[in-house]
Amino acid sequence: MILGYLRRNAMNIVIPVAFGAALVLGWEWFVNWRDIKPYLLPTPSSIWRQGDRRFDNIWAAARVSGENAFVGLLLGIVAGCLGAMLANRFRVLSELLTPIAAAISSIPIVVAVVVLTKMFGATNQIPRRLMTMIIVFFVVFVNVERGLRQSDPTQVELMRSYAASGRQVMRKVRLPNALPFLFTAIKIAAPLAVTTAFVSEYFGGKQDGLGYKISTAIKGNTPALGWAYVAAACVLGLVFFAVANLLELVAVPWQRKRVTR
Amino acid sequence: MSAVETTTTTTVAAVHAAGVGKIFNAGSRKQVDAVVDVSLTIQSGEFVSLIGPSGCGKSTLLRLFADLIEPTSGTLLVNGKPARQARLDQDYGMAFQQAGLFEWRNVTKNIELPLEIRGWDSAKRKARATEMLDLVKLSDFAGHMPWQLSGGMQQRVAIARALAAHPPLLLMDEPFGALDEMTREHMQAELLSICAATSTTVVFVTHSIPEAVYLSDRVVVMTPRPGRITSVIDVGLGTKRDDDTREATEFYTKITEVREALRGAEVGHAARGIEDR
Repeated sequence: MILGYLRRNAMNIVIPVAFGAALVLGWEWFVNWRDIKPYLLPTPSSIWRQGDRRFDNIWAAARVSGENAFVGLLLGIVAGCLGAMLANRFRVLSELLTPIAAAISSIPIVVAVVVLTKMFGATNQIPRRLMTMIIVFFVVFVNVERGLRQSDPTQVELMRSYAASGRQVMRKVRLPNALPFLFTAIKIAAPLAVTTAFVSEYFGGKQDGLGYKISTAIKGNTPALGWAYVAAACVLGLVFFAVANLLELVAVPWQRKRVTR
Repeated sequence: MSAVETTTTTTVAAVHAAGVGKIFNAGSRKQVDAVVDVSLTIQSGEFVSLIGPSGCGKSTLLRLFADLIEPTSGTLLVNGKPARQARLDQDYGMAFQQAGLFEWRNVTKNIELPLEIRGWDSAKRKARATEMLDLVKLSDFAGHMPWQLSGGMQQRVAIARALAAHPPLLLMDEPFGALDEMTREHMQAELLSICAATSTTVVFVTHSIPEAVYLSDRVVVMTPRPGRITSVIDVGLGTKRDDDTREATEFYTKITEVREALRGAEVGHAARGIEDR
């Protein structure tokens, strides 16, 4: 099955890979040709060497950031879904929660992280995870709340004709109808969670994680190592995005059928 | 007339409406008299169509029967009970113009849905779904997902779902409105044979005159603003209707009769939204 997929999509794989390789080669050649200083732009080969030599450090930092992003993402998804369900059940709550959620999410991360670090201390990962959760919560809350309201009216009328209870309507109509909205939200929120985790590490807290390492490596005299950390950050973001996409394919297969080119 | 009354007192009417009215936004400037003073008795086993131009209140009347909305005046009994009680008892099945299938459930699971709500156990549900699939001739598609079916097949699943609990009454709101002409005629014939097999009473909203005449024992003609019944036409094409029926002289006579009733009712209004096909 995988082989068949690869064969059918050969062109879709070959072209981007070739493009990426050309980009890296061009970069290497350009830096050497113009003799650009490493602190401005190191060559891909030197970045690779650094990455190879310090792989254990990079892996450890990526795990810290990845865990923060993942825990924050999960908490944000759960909180966002619960909030959206409550808001759907009680109209008043919707009017109360929406502005609060919007207000909280518009506080700059720079400020919020500093405040959270003061509240929870600089020796643990709680402030970063909370920060990620807040960002994710807003995206999920807004989307799922909307998805719950946009149920198919025919389906809702049918449920009424079956004398279904409010809970049955929620479980059998509103939640499945909101699933495509939830997965759209997760696709947006997953890379956002990773970025938020990195950015949170810039502004205090424990001295670990990819964000912290990037800033110290660039500020210190090891630009190639800094770029190796950046590359790891890119990979981490991509992994989150890819997994979110895969989840959508598995969880809401009917959504794919609605997409038109 | 008295003969009819004596025979009907023995069985409970499927629908009994007396002076039923529905006013939306009462008292405001946007007040709409959707249905006014409707009195209608539909006997059990009958096939009755509601026909009329857009805005004549035929869908509103159907929704009143289904207790999806409540009347503002009059009394309404379904299966001899208040409409609300009939809904709570799941005395009727319903089908709409949109099949309204649940995309995340396969065909069988869609048909099982009303039974699930009733709390049937899974073996019983499965058996009934199989029986219903057989009835609508979709046994080969039990495991298919809704998006894999054509419009006509989706509508057949919707009908199977509406009838899954064997309700005595079937309420249909332009169920074939979105289908092409060929599929539509085919579905009409199928619906008749399904109803004959299950002896279900049907109230059928349509804006197609031939459809109403072909399917019905009686055609109820309605007019808009305010929505009211202007005439009730007995069709009487007999119990056996097939493709020859569509060619028969009586068929055309009845079509003309319904059309004239609609025109007569439409004094001052253009007969909008009525199809002659």
